[in-house]
Amino acid sequence: MAAKEQAGQASRLASWGSALVLIALVIGGLVATELVASAYIQRVVIGLGISIILVVSLNLSNGFTGVFSLGHIGFMAIGAYTAAILTLPISLKQVNLPDLPSWLARVELPFLPATLIGGVVALLIAFLVGLSLMRLSGPYVSVATMGFLVIVQVILINWDRMTRGARTFSGVPPYTTLWWVWGWVALTVYVVSRLARSAYGRQMIAARDNEIAAQALGINVTRARLLAFCISAFFTAVAGSLWAHFITSFSPKAFYFAQTFSVITMLVVGGMGSVSGSIIGTAIITLLSEALRNAERGMNLGLIHIPPVYGASQILMAVIFVLVIIFWPKGLLGDRELNLGRLFIKRRREVS
Amino acid sequence: MTTFYYLLQQLINAVSIGSLYALMAIGLAMVFGILRLINFAHGDLIMVGSYTALLLLVAGLPFGAAALAGIAASTLAGLIMERVAYRPIRGAPDVSMLLTSFAVTIFLENAAILLFSPSSRPFPAPPFLTRALEFGVLRIASLDLIAIVVAGILLVLLTLFVTRTMAGIAMRAAAQDLLAARLMGVNVNRVIAYAFAIGSMLAGVVGLLWSARVGKVDPLMGFYPVLKAFVASVIGGLGSLPGAVLGGYVLGTLEILLQGLLPPALTPFRDAFVFVALIILLLFRPNGILGTTEREKV
Repeated sequence: MAAKEQAGQASRLASWGSALVLIALVIGGLVATELVASAYIQRVVIGLGISIILVVSLNLSNGFTGVFSLGHIGFMAIGAYTAAILTLPISLKQVNLPDLPSWLARVELPFLPATLIGGVVALLIAFLVGLSLMRLSGPYVSVATMGFLVIVQVILINWDRMTRGARTFSGVPPYTTLWWVWGWVALTVYVVSRLARSAYGRQMIAARDNEIAAQALGINVTRARLLAFCISAFFTAVAGSLWAHFITSFSPKAFYFAQTFSVITMLVVGGMGSVSGSIIGTAIITLLSEALRNAERGMNLGLIHIPPVYGASQILMAVIFVLVIIFWPKGLLGDRELNLGRLFIKRRREVS
Repeated sequence: MTTFYYLLQQLINAVSIGSLYALMAIGLAMVFGILRLINFAHGDLIMVGSYTALLLLVAGLPFGAAALAGIAASTLAGLIMERVAYRPIRGAPDVSMLLTSFAVTIFLENAAILLFSPSSRPFPAPPFLTRALEFGVLRIASLDLIAIVVAGILLVLLTLFVTRTMAGIAMRAAAQDLLAARLMGVNVNRVIAYAFAIGSMLAGVVGLLWSARVGKVDPLMGFYPVLKAFVASVIGGLGSLPGAVLGGYVLGTLEILLQGLLPPALTPFRDAFVFVALIILLLFRPNGILGTTEREKV
């Protein structure tokens, strides 16, 4: 017993230690990015952070509860537009959005409150939508959430006085920095991984793995799913706000199926149901798609000159995705977590 | 009198657009019934067929030949899709299959963009498709009538196929219980190929009618039809063939009703209302109108 406890303590210490090392490494990496990296690299690192928030929060709903939502990018849109309307300078509001209701036209909020409001609005909408959607299951829930995405898109395109319709929404102040993004990354990862290990998280996983058995144990399946859906909508919307203040001008098209597919690819490659898997999947796909995008512009390999082929990167991503599903159906990590503690300390096996 | 004619006209519109949705939805339902795969790439079969027909028309072939070639191209594309992308993952979780079909869509659409450029091309529909027929006060686009008649004929043929032929019965058996059907000696690969071939052929037909209707062809043209066909098959009950047809016509009627009844300020939001209606329907009938409740046995 004592030996087991010691081993447990040691591995816990090791995993705390390795977590600290990891945090230090990430912070060091960010500082280095901020100080020496080129503007291009900085933008990639910011984009990576935003994607991590999107994928980790999507994982909470799709991976842990098994409710496969195709509508999350709708929440990203809600967060982006809500926060952008709130932070847009008043003078620009008069030019770009002359028909805003008067109580909104006189508001100009700092970044943090605007982002939080965007998140809360998405959370409330997720709650209302989820009350009905979370009762559905299997493919029906996917189609219904996709319906939600279409609804959001139709509203964005047609609600001219709030969103400028299909035209570009521009002039959003560029508040997003490396530190804002990675601060939110840390918070998202912390909340989601804590939640996954809490009683609520166990309920979600139980409901995913066997709905009937979970119900028989007295788990309120709809409530567990709804909780995951709402929290993940909140963080998705936060990512939307960060993205809006990073890219500064965008149109509703940005929040549709292409973006949905890109986030889902990251999730599936990393492994659904694993937070560390989500992060790794996001990193791999981000790097890969950056590399492909650069290759797409054409290359000069000494004798051979590859002409630019626009759209080829998308095709390659689709092929990679199908190959991953065929040969690696659970993604890189499945639903396991990467345990850094194990890298540093060998588990002492007890023979009983 | 005029209200009567107005209503009749709208009814024809509803049945015509509903026919297209129904033909698309059948393709989705056949595949879903057997494989539990929601084939999002079904819409791109429309695109493949329409582009083939368009290129041949431009090359100077008569419409009939180009149309047949287009339908053949859709069918072939559907069969290849099944063989290359869906057979290796047969039996995978529903979600993986849905995502694979997403990937197939992205692949086909970007390939089409590379081949044909992203901009749309006018579809030179022959005059007999674009005429307006006048019956007294009533003016009907010949395309609407043709769509209704073609859909009617195809639905009758399809009914005969699934109820009277061995292959059709095998297909229904496979949809009901794949394992039991296999034990009865049904060749599953062949049945699945049939389902894809028939569904893709119908998509080819829809592609021609759709291109003639909107007058142009572009790489992303399959997106809205397949979205609508989804809604139709979910309304009817995923995997049910009569449900798919019913859902198609219900959806067509709902759209025309919304178009007529919504105040002008709200008509751009029509699709949003359609999806809201879908979500409300699912609340009361979580498996669609004709869908059977699959009860998992413990």
